[in-house]
Amino acid sequence: MNVAVVVFPGTNCEHDVKHALGLLDIKSELVFHLETDLSAFDGVVLPGGFAHGDYLRTGAIARFSPVMDSVAALAQAGAPVLGICNGFQVLCEAGLLPGALVANRDLSFICKPIHVRVESATSVLTAATEPGAVLRIPLNSYEGNYVADPATLDELEANGQVLLRYCDEAGNPTEPANPNGSERNIAGVANAAGNVAGLMPHPERAVETILGSTDGLGLMRSMATFLELAGATP
Amino acid sequence: MRFRIDIRRKEGLSDPEGLTTLTALQNLGYSAVTDTHFGRTIYLDMDGDDAAAASEEVESMCRRLLANPVIEDFDIEVVG
Repeated sequence: MNVAVVVFPGTNCEHDVKHALGLLDIKSELVFHLETDLSAFDGVVLPGGFAHGDYLRTGAIARFSPVMDSVAALAQAGAPVLGICNGFQVLCEAGLLPGALVANRDLSFICKPIHVRVESATSVLTAATEPGAVLRIPLNSYEGNYVADPATLDELEANGQVLLRYCDEAGNPTEPANPNGSERNIAGVANAAGNVAGLMPHPERAVETILGSTDGLGLMRSMATFLELAGATP
Repeated sequence: MRFRIDIRRKEGLSDPEGLTTLTALQNLGYSAVTDTHFGRTIYLDMDGDDAAAASEEVESMCRRLLANPVIEDFDIEVVG
């Protein structure tokens, strides 16, 4: 498969994502946000950073970048679309994922490794992982606090769209293990079809022993696994 | 024509800044305060004299970009 890694002005994790995909033999190319044709790609990653300076709200300006119509078209066609951190915020603003991300509960920027538990393994983010697996990956955000109204949250739970939950080392999604106050400890969600997903932690920063964890590899591989399971050519 | 747009978090959604400030106010002894909500104010200057048409356009701006309807409500007012 060939993955477009979108670069908005202010994106800063694009090379990490490309490197991580490369370790997994997944081909990718950096694509500037002014590009309007993504038809050459089988999937898209919106990486972390501070797209358009995070002005107004995180992701609010980026969702109107020229590339976003093509991202929406790929999403509707069932192709893998993954948003990491700021990319997750952009997908929520664009209405491609439910909910929104607001300031952390304690109003502090959080930059540390945290634990998440895989809740559902049928998505573009989790297809190569096992439900119940506990992963240690870095979190690096100020607006990582996931919110949605109770009806939306219930629907996400019922449909298996909650992909990752913040938890302690043993896998318990406790309140102290919730770093940013996210509703129901939610760290990552998908759309109903499972082909569009977003998460606040950075799996691309947990792909080599020298980085302190390789727990992000399964998450980064999942786009390809999702396509294989769907019967497409990876 | 000048518009004032007030944007605030929907009732019932978490507002960490409001909650932290509420705690601080109560710690200072202002025990009558029961809730604190933060919002933002945007001022827009618009050309033209058709207030109704301009208001409609400002409302469209709010729905599409200036506010996030998932988490925010907004009010629009002509102030000059």
